[in-house]
Amino acid sequence: MRLHTTTAFGTLALILGLTAPAMADIRIGSTLSETGPAAFLGDPEAKTLKMLVEEINAAGGVLGEKIELIVYDDGGDPNKARTFATRLVEDDEVVAVIGGTTTGTSMAILQVFEDAEIPFISLAGAIEIIDPVRPYTFKTPHTDRMACAKIFEDMKARGLTKIGMISGSDGFGASMHKQCLQIVGDYGIEVLADETYGPSDADMTPQLTNIKGKEGVQAVLNAGFGQGPAIVTRNYQQLAVGLPFYQSHGVASDAFIELAGASAAEGIRLPGTALLVAKLLPESDPQRPVVTAYKESYEKATGKPVSTFGGYAHDALRILVDALNRAGEAEPQAIRDAIEGTSGLVGTTGTVTMSAEDHLGLDLSAFRMLEIKDGGWKLVE
Amino acid sequence: MPELMQFLLSGVTVGAVYALVALGFTIIYNASDVVNFAQGEFVMLGGMFTVFAFEAGLPLPLAALLAIIATAAIGVALNKLAIEPARGAPVVSLIIITIGASILIRGVTQIAFDKQLHRFPAFSGDTPIQIVGATILPQSLWVIAGALAVFVGLWLFFTRTLTGRAVLATANNRIAAQLVGINTKYVMTLSFALSAAIGALAGVLVTPITLTGYDIGIALALKGFAAAMLGGMGNPKGALVGGLLLGVLEALTAGYLSSQYKDAAAFVIILAVLFAMPQGLFGRKSTDRV
Repeated sequence: MRLHTTTAFGTLALILGLTAPAMADIRIGSTLSETGPAAFLGDPEAKTLKMLVEEINAAGGVLGEKIELIVYDDGGDPNKARTFATRLVEDDEVVAVIGGTTTGTSMAILQVFEDAEIPFISLAGAIEIIDPVRPYTFKTPHTDRMACAKIFEDMKARGLTKIGMISGSDGFGASMHKQCLQIVGDYGIEVLADETYGPSDADMTPQLTNIKGKEGVQAVLNAGFGQGPAIVTRNYQQLAVGLPFYQSHGVASDAFIELAGASAAEGIRLPGTALLVAKLLPESDPQRPVVTAYKESYEKATGKPVSTFGGYAHDALRILVDALNRAGEAEPQAIRDAIEGTSGLVGTTGTVTMSAEDHLGLDLSAFRMLEIKDGGWKLVE
Repeated sequence: MPELMQFLLSGVTVGAVYALVALGFTIIYNASDVVNFAQGEFVMLGGMFTVFAFEAGLPLPLAALLAIIATAAIGVALNKLAIEPARGAPVVSLIIITIGASILIRGVTQIAFDKQLHRFPAFSGDTPIQIVGATILPQSLWVIAGALAVFVGLWLFFTRTLTGRAVLATANNRIAAQLVGINTKYVMTLSFALSAAIGALAGVLVTPITLTGYDIGIALALKGFAAAMLGGMGNPKGALVGGLLLGVLEALTAGYLSSQYKDAAAFVIILAVLFAMPQGLFGRKSTDRV
């Protein structure tokens, strides 16, 4: 549509012998999964970007210029995402790109931006996006490896050394499963049972029965997101497994407690972001003002509760705006250099300090260990 | 022993869901030879309508009833707006129309409602029932009872009522059915309404267990279709047995073999059955004459 209109107007302008006015806006591109299987990630991301850009423009823009945000909906399809990425580079001539809701779409498009030498900030979880480091690719969410590390630290502190794992067979579950197995040994923890489930399965009691029946299992870890973990949690209660239960940051939302039911979710521990527990943070916490402000404006603008995922988009845009301000010009190369120089930027996910070797810039302190208690969240520390 | 029992109970629960979807396939297939791939969307709509009516403050039984009626109306609309105008088109085209309809329904749902997952409370609480050391949720019993009730209802409908026989007659030979005075248009409309209503009922029964969201229909339609093929397309008995068998196969594979092979094992067995018995376990022997 947009392309057609642009072309039509362009032709019209040519026919009439007019010259189009010079585009002064800073053009930022984005391809997100607003619809499709990852919609519940992409939808809050898109809403967040649009809301923040409006706020920034209302306050006078960046470097004295307005930001023009171009958002495409790739529906979670890597092929579509790649088409949109090319379009962003060639037709829309953006100076920077935020997006790639899922690991799949991010991996599919990052090479387009590497080739075009345009900075790209991904909103997906997998560590492969920034490891090995690519010059123009950055990302905001913690990696799944960090989530595993945070969980294993907590298990170790509680003296739980023999665990059972149940993981979703979708991209997120499979990737986190792999990362966890790679580092589990470093914490002296042993995985005795290792089960999987399909992302749309209706019942996981057979897998949980096997874990429950395994001699010596002291705790269970579920790596997955979407409907699966909610059903696993309900089955866990149904079977009265009774062991400490850990979940991933993939379920870090109030919706999860509602879906699984407060009684079934009671006592579950998971690594989450400060955003989720904005009210519980101490006054002295540097993240408190940032997450509170974002939470309030998002909930006012959309009428929906904030999610961790919208927070990733929030951080990406903040990093970009911060880089633009420091670069002093809207040129891709200058922006890239400035992003790499991001230091001490407080976002919803954590405090970001990047370097030439680290294009994520977060450490484990960015994750908070949370426990579900009486249908709400509690900080474990 | 308790493990086996748990696997079986799990399998029967999931199998009953598949059976309900497969039973929905049966009716439209019987009336028109069309496999309606929007059947999974009917299940989704049943769940979604109930969730939103319930959250709007209606009592659960009323919300469920409204959801079933609304979904049946959408089924009728699908027939009137998409299938009927294409009458005379090859069956494959009609099937493609139903796939298109399912994509449209998904799209409209995510705009009209939202893209989140939802559930509403189970009908009779969440306290698990103990059976020989294994546990089953009361809601699972509702699903199993629902599948059995729909099966009995359909079996009586197709064998004992004039309308039911008219459906079968229409499927067998549309022109001959018209000649003996059967209103085939009405039969088609009825089939879509009934099939959508059964789908919606399935949605109402399973949402407390499996949750609902705009995109749950695809996976359900696929498994329901596999169950219907396994049992024999168009036969209510086949749909019921096929669904339960598929559920139990999956649960046993996940329990004894590996959860990674769960889906694969089920499909391998279906393929094996279809190689040996192309009509499925209870399929009609094809006796087309020219």
